[in-house]
Amino acid sequence: MALDQSFVGRTYPPTPAYEVGREKIREFAEAVGDTGAAYVDPEAAKALGHPDVIAPPTFVFSITFRAAGQVIQDPQLGLDYSRVVHGDQKFAYTRPVRAGDRLTVTSTIEAIKSMAGNDIVDIRGEVHDESGEHVVTAWTKLVARAAEEA
Amino acid sequence: MTASIAYGAVEVGTELPARSFPVTRATLVQYAGASGDFNPIHWNEKFAREVGLPDVIAHGMFTMAEAIRVVTDWVGDPGAVVEYGVRFTKPVVVPNDGTGALIEVSGKVAAKLDDNLVRVDLTAMSDGKKVLGMSRAVVRLA
Repeated sequence: MALDQSFVGRTYPPTPAYEVGREKIREFAEAVGDTGAAYVDPEAAKALGHPDVIAPPTFVFSITFRAAGQVIQDPQLGLDYSRVVHGDQKFAYTRPVRAGDRLTVTSTIEAIKSMAGNDIVDIRGEVHDESGEHVVTAWTKLVARAAEEA
Repeated sequence: MTASIAYGAVEVGTELPARSFPVTRATLVQYAGASGDFNPIHWNEKFAREVGLPDVIAHGMFTMAEAIRVVTDWVGDPGAVVEYGVRFTKPVVVPNDGTGALIEVSGKVAAKLDDNLVRVDLTAMSDGKKVLGMSRAVVRLA
């Protein structure tokens, strides 16, 4: 079933702040097999000009995707999450995410399309720090595959 | 931000050192825990098959995380990445055979932009298939 086009442009309220911890960054860095010094050693990160350890580029997805749950689980939108696959992902960074950040995400539905029975939703997540400065924008394309013929 | 590669030292076509990243079921369980993505298609073979997949598949975001390592290793400071995007074209299938899968990533400079920025185009392959499309990063060099 085609999704309601009137949801395009809808912006959801900002999420409560997510506090980025050094050990969470380390855990993520270990999970992707890359414990580069900038991720785990505050002194090394400072030598590169960062105030504290920074997170790997894709770390922030865990935060923006959780925020996108507001969209995905919006009963009024009616996306069938059991059929959703991740189509595209993009990030544009003003600066890297770093330990000590308290980040909020504001999600907006940028586009809704229907192609060959698939529902396609583009969600933009704007990530800001506690002072209101922009940190990163994440664009996530979700595809709800067409239900199989009964 | 302190990239270790100078803008003047690269040209369109400059190749980044290619790398291969192994991925096993254990890798996926660890990534699920660290990322909070516990979708069973990434660890439960029975569930994966029931939804039409050939086997357990890697998280797309895991593959995306591995591919950018070719760029961050090259440039020295991961904070130099200003844009990064991919399309998930094919899944990385991870059999429970003790060996798992291999994600092979290469990259080259595709364009030199203003402000010491370059665009790097990445290629990620697994089992002979292109697993990421339109995989591009914009990086600020020294």
